[in-house]
Amino acid sequence: MKAEEIKNTMLEELDHVTDLKNLNDLRVKYLGKKGLITELNSEIKNVPNEEKKAFGQSVNAVRTLFQSRYDEIRSHLEEEELNKRLESEAIDISLPSTRVSQGAPNILEKLIEEVEEVCMSMGYDVVDGPEVEEDKYNFEMLNIPKGHPARDAQDTFYLEGEEILLRSQTSPVQVRTMLKGKGEVPVRVICPGKTYRRDDDDATHSHQFMQIEGLLVDKNISLSDLKGTIDVIVKKLFGNDVETRFRPSYYQFTEPSVEVDISCFNCKGKGCHICKNTGWITIAGAGVVHPNVLRMSGYDPEVWSGFAFGFGAERMAMLKYDINDLRVFYNTDLREVKNFDRGELDCND
Amino acid sequence: MISLEWVKDYIDISDQDLEELAIKITEAGINVEKVITNHIDHLVIGKVISCIDHPNSDHLHLCQVDVGRDELQQIVCGAPNVRDGLKVIVALPGAVLPGDFQIKASKIRGIESNGMICALYELGLEEKTDEAYARGIEELPSDAPIGRDPLVYMGLESTLYELDIHKHRNNDCYYHIGFAYEIAAILNRKVTLPDCSYHEESDSIKNHFSLDVETDKCPYYLAKMVTDVKLGESPEFIQRRLLAAGMRPINNVVDISNYVMLEFGQPLHFFDKDTLGDHILVRDAKDREEVVTLDGKRRILRSSDIVITDGLKPVCIAGVMGGENTEVTDTTKNILIEAAIFDAVSIRYTAAHLDLRSEASIRYGKGLNYEYTLMAINRACHLLEKYAGAKVLSGMVSHDVVDKSEKIVEFRPEQVDKMLGIRITEEDMKFELERLDFPYTLKDGKFRVVIPKRRLDIDPNVNDIAEEIGRLYGYQKLVSTLPSVGIRRGEYVGDVKYRKALSCRLRSLGFNEVKTYTLVSSDMSQSFDYEKKKKCVLPNPMSVDKSVIRTTLIPSLLNVYQYNKARKVDDVLIYEIAKTYDKGYQEESKACFLMKGKYVVNPWKGSMPVDFYLMKGFVEDILCYFGFQNRYSFVKSTLPDMHPGKSCQILLDRRPIGILGQVHPKVCKDEVYVCEISLQALMQKVKPLKYKEASKYPTITKDVAFVVPKELTSQEIEATIKKAGGRLLHSIEVFDVYEGEHVASGMKSLAYNLLFMAQDRTLTDDEVMKVFNQIIEKVCSTHQAQVRDK
Repeated sequence: MKAEEIKNTMLEELDHVTDLKNLNDLRVKYLGKKGLITELNSEIKNVPNEEKKAFGQSVNAVRTLFQSRYDEIRSHLEEEELNKRLESEAIDISLPSTRVSQGAPNILEKLIEEVEEVCMSMGYDVVDGPEVEEDKYNFEMLNIPKGHPARDAQDTFYLEGEEILLRSQTSPVQVRTMLKGKGEVPVRVICPGKTYRRDDDDATHSHQFMQIEGLLVDKNISLSDLKGTIDVIVKKLFGNDVETRFRPSYYQFTEPSVEVDISCFNCKGKGCHICKNTGWITIAGAGVVHPNVLRMSGYDPEVWSGFAFGFGAERMAMLKYDINDLRVFYNTDLREVKNFDRGELDCND
Repeated sequence: MISLEWVKDYIDISDQDLEELAIKITEAGINVEKVITNHIDHLVIGKVISCIDHPNSDHLHLCQVDVGRDELQQIVCGAPNVRDGLKVIVALPGAVLPGDFQIKASKIRGIESNGMICALYELGLEEKTDEAYARGIEELPSDAPIGRDPLVYMGLESTLYELDIHKHRNNDCYYHIGFAYEIAAILNRKVTLPDCSYHEESDSIKNHFSLDVETDKCPYYLAKMVTDVKLGESPEFIQRRLLAAGMRPINNVVDISNYVMLEFGQPLHFFDKDTLGDHILVRDAKDREEVVTLDGKRRILRSSDIVITDGLKPVCIAGVMGGENTEVTDTTKNILIEAAIFDAVSIRYTAAHLDLRSEASIRYGKGLNYEYTLMAINRACHLLEKYAGAKVLSGMVSHDVVDKSEKIVEFRPEQVDKMLGIRITEEDMKFELERLDFPYTLKDGKFRVVIPKRRLDIDPNVNDIAEEIGRLYGYQKLVSTLPSVGIRRGEYVGDVKYRKALSCRLRSLGFNEVKTYTLVSSDMSQSFDYEKKKKCVLPNPMSVDKSVIRTTLIPSLLNVYQYNKARKVDDVLIYEIAKTYDKGYQEESKACFLMKGKYVVNPWKGSMPVDFYLMKGFVEDILCYFGFQNRYSFVKSTLPDMHPGKSCQILLDRRPIGILGQVHPKVCKDEVYVCEISLQALMQKVKPLKYKEASKYPTITKDVAFVVPKELTSQEIEATIKKAGGRLLHSIEVFDVYEGEHVASGMKSLAYNLLFMAQDRTLTDDEVMKVFNQIIEKVCSTHQAQVRDK
C-alpha cells in the first residue's frame, strides 16, 4: 500500500474514533510493531536508492500526521471523559454539613476576659488569690476591724471561728499583692475571681458570685485618674459613646469613695428597661485607696497613693447581654452559650 | 426610713420638691433608694350639692358634687351618710387608689358616675374595720376648701425616704436630726434643734438614786428621774410619725423614748423606778448569768456582755434589751431615764450571740455621738413633762469618761486638689466647709478643720476632707485623666497563666466552659472521691445542698450534663477549671472535662461518637501542649463511681495527676466520659520552643501482627518493641486489633505499623530487617506471642 492510500484510510478512520480504546486500536494498527506505517517504513529497503529519500519523507509525513491527529483526538476524548466523570461526581451542596465547632466560654468568663484584655493593655497584671481566706486579709487589713458595722453588708461564710472564711470579696488579693510589693514597687493589678456571701439564690442574688477588682498604687494618683481609667474600660465593654458619671458613696477601704454610673448603652439615655428609665446604670464601686489600707500593707500614704475599683461580673454580663436571671451563669444550657465563642469579633468599635 | 414631714421640724424645706431633693441627696452621697408618698392624683375636696335616691337601686344615691370645676360632677354613692351640703373627699376619674384601684367614668345600674366619694380606709389612711365601714364616707369640716387636695388639707400627706442601710455614713443619717444636717449641707441652710427645756423640781435625783460603773465598756452613762407620769395615748403627731417610721405606738411614755431615739439616734431606756430600787451598777455579765427580757424570753449571757443591775440582779442587757422585772407598765408612776454609750463592738457581739437585733442594739452598734446623749435625755424630759404630766427631778446622775477630744484635720488646698485631680479655689473650699457646718480656720494657706462630733464616720485624714469637699463641689466636675505611670504590658501571672492556657486549649478542642458552685451537698462531696481527701464541712451552712467545700468537680459537671439532657441537648462537651479545698484548707486547682454523645456530627452521613479513646486523645493533646511528651502514662485502675473496666489514672513522671474514664453505669446509665486533672501538676516550666529539622532520608515501614493473650495490654507490647527497636525505630502505630475467627479464644491479634528512619543516611533493607527480626523475637519471647500469618 502506498503512503497516500494509508493516509486517506487513516484519516478516514481517525475521523470516526469515538473512544480512547478505539483510538488506541488505531495506534496499534498504524504504529504497532506490525502496523501499517511501520510496515510501510520497512519497505524502504525495496525502494530504489534514488527514491529512498522521497519515500522516507512521505512515510514520515504520514507518521507525523497520524501522531498529531492522534494527540489531538486523545486530548479531546480525555477531556470529554473527565467532564463526564465530574458530572457524575456532582453532589447536592445543600445537604447539611459535618459539624465541628470550638467550645464556648462561660458567659461570665467571657466578660471577665474582655476586662482583663483592656486592663492588661493598660499595664495591669491579672492575679489570683485563695478563695478560702483569712479574716485579716478579707476584712481587717481593708480597714474593717472585727465588730465593724460594715461587715453587716457582707454576710460571710465562716469556716473556723472568725478567722478562716470563704472570701466575701476579691479585695484580699489587693492586700496580698501590696504585701508582696513591700511598700517599694508600684502596683497595677486586677483580680477577677469567685466570692461568697450568705445570700439565698434567686434571679438577682447568688451565694457564689464573681467580682473584678482593680488596684493601682503609684505616686500622685487622683480621683480624676480613676475616672479616666474607668472610662477606658467601660468604653471597651459597652461602646465608645458611653459616658461615665461618679456619685459619692462610702466604702471602708477607699476615701473618697464613688459609685460609678454609665450612660445607658442600650437607649443612649432615652430610658429603657435596662436603665430602668433613668438613662444611667450603676456599674462599679471605686475610690482612692484609704491611707489606713496603704499603711497596713506597708505603703507610706505620704509617698504613695492609688485607686481601686470593683465590678460585679454577673451584673455587667446581665447588662451587656440583657440577661435577667443570674442563675443562667451557673446552670449552663449549651444551646444558650453556643454563640459566645466569638472572641475578638465581639466588639463595640 | 426618714419622714420628711418630721425633718421639717429641724430645717426649712417647705420650698422643696421632695422628689428633686431626693435626687440632690443621692447625688451628694446618701442613696435615697425610694421616695414613698401617699399622695394621690385627682383627689379633691368636693361639696354635695344635691343627693337623691338612685332610681334603680334601694341603697345607692345619685349625687351632684361641686369639685371647683365649671360643671358639677354626677357621682353614684352607696354610703349611708352621704347627704346634701356635706364636704367630702372625691376621687375623680384618673385617680388610682391603694390596691391599684383605678377610678374611671362608668355607668352604675344604668346611671353615669364620674368618680367616687371616699372613706379614709379606701385611701389607705385607716384600717378597714366593721366600724369604719359602718361610718361610711369621711365627713370634712364645712369650711374645707372645695377643689383642694384633701390629704394636704388634713395634714395627712407624707413623704418618706427609704435609705440604703449598708453604707457606713448611716451612723449619722439614719436619724432625723442627722439627716436634717445632711440636707442643710446640700441646701446651705441651718438646722434648728428641738426644744429640750423643762421645769426642774427642787427635789434632786441624788436623794433617790446612785450609780456605779464597773466596766470599761460603758464610757458614758446619764440618768434622770421623773415622777408622777400619767400613762395614756401619745399626741397624734407622735403616733403618726412613729407609724410612718415603721414603729407601733404603745403609750405616751414608751412612744416618747422611741420618738427621741428617732430624732437623735440615741436609744433611751426607761426603768420603772419603784421596781428598780435606788441603785444601778453597770458591769460585765457573769458567764451563764440569766435575765428575762421585755419579750418574756430567758436569755443566757456571756462574760463579754454588759449588764445593768440593781446591784444584785440584772435588770437590763445593756444596749440590747431591757429586763421584764423593771419594765414600764400601766401602773408605773416614777421613771428612771437611762441615756448611755456602750462599746459598739461589744453590743454587736452580744446582739449576734443572743440573736437579738433590737432597734437599740442596731444604733449602739453603729456608734453614738455623746453630745446627743445629753440632748436626748433632756429632750425626753421635755416631752414627758409636756405629754405625760411628768415632774422632772433636778440634777443628773452620771458616769463620764467618754473621749471628748477634737478630731482636727490640717491641710493645704493643694492636697485636696491633688487627690481629686482638679483645681478647687480656696474660696470654693471655704464655701463647702461652711455649708457642711465644719468649723475651720485658714492661716498661711493652711486649713484647720474641726470635725463635728455627729460625723463619726470622718477620720482626721485629708482623704476624708477631700471626700466631703468633693462630694458637695460635685464629682461631675472631675475630669477624665489617665495616671502618669510607666508604660508596661500586663500579664497573666502565676496559676492564672496556666489556667488561661488550658482553658484556651480545651475550648479549641470543642469543650464548652461551665461554672458551678464550690459548695456542694454532702452526698456530692462523697461521690467520685478518688483521692479520699478530708472534706471542709461548713459549721453553719445555709442549706444542706451547700454544706461542704468540694474536692472534685466531677459531680458538679455531671449535674450540668443532667441539666442539659433534661433539656434535650444530646451532645455535651463541657469543662470547668476551679479551685478545690480540703479540710486543712489545702488549695488545689483542678480541670475537669466531661463528654457524652457525638463529637463530629453529621446527621445524614453518620457521626463520630465519643469514647474512651477520644477522651484519652484529648488528655494526650493537653499533656503534650504543656510539654510533657514521653513523661506521662495511663494505668488502668478501679476508681469510685467509675466504670471498673474503662477507667485509669493519669501519671506524670510516675506520679498520679488525675483520672479518666467512663462514669459507672450505676451512677449514670448514659455513656458519659470524664477526666479530672490537677492544674498544679501541669504548672511546670515549659521548655522554650526549638526548631527540629525533619529527616531528609527515606523511611522504611514494616508491618507485623502478634497473637497474644487477651489480657496483655498494647502498652506492654509497645514497651518491648521500643526497647528492642533501638535508635532506628522512629514510631510505632497500632493499626488493627482483632479477636474472633482465626484467632484462638482467649487471644487477640494486635497489628503494628513500625516506621524506621535515620536522621543522617538512607537505611538499607538489610539493617532494617535485622532490627525488625530482633523486635519480633523479643516480643515473642517476652510475651508468649506468636506472629500472625498474613
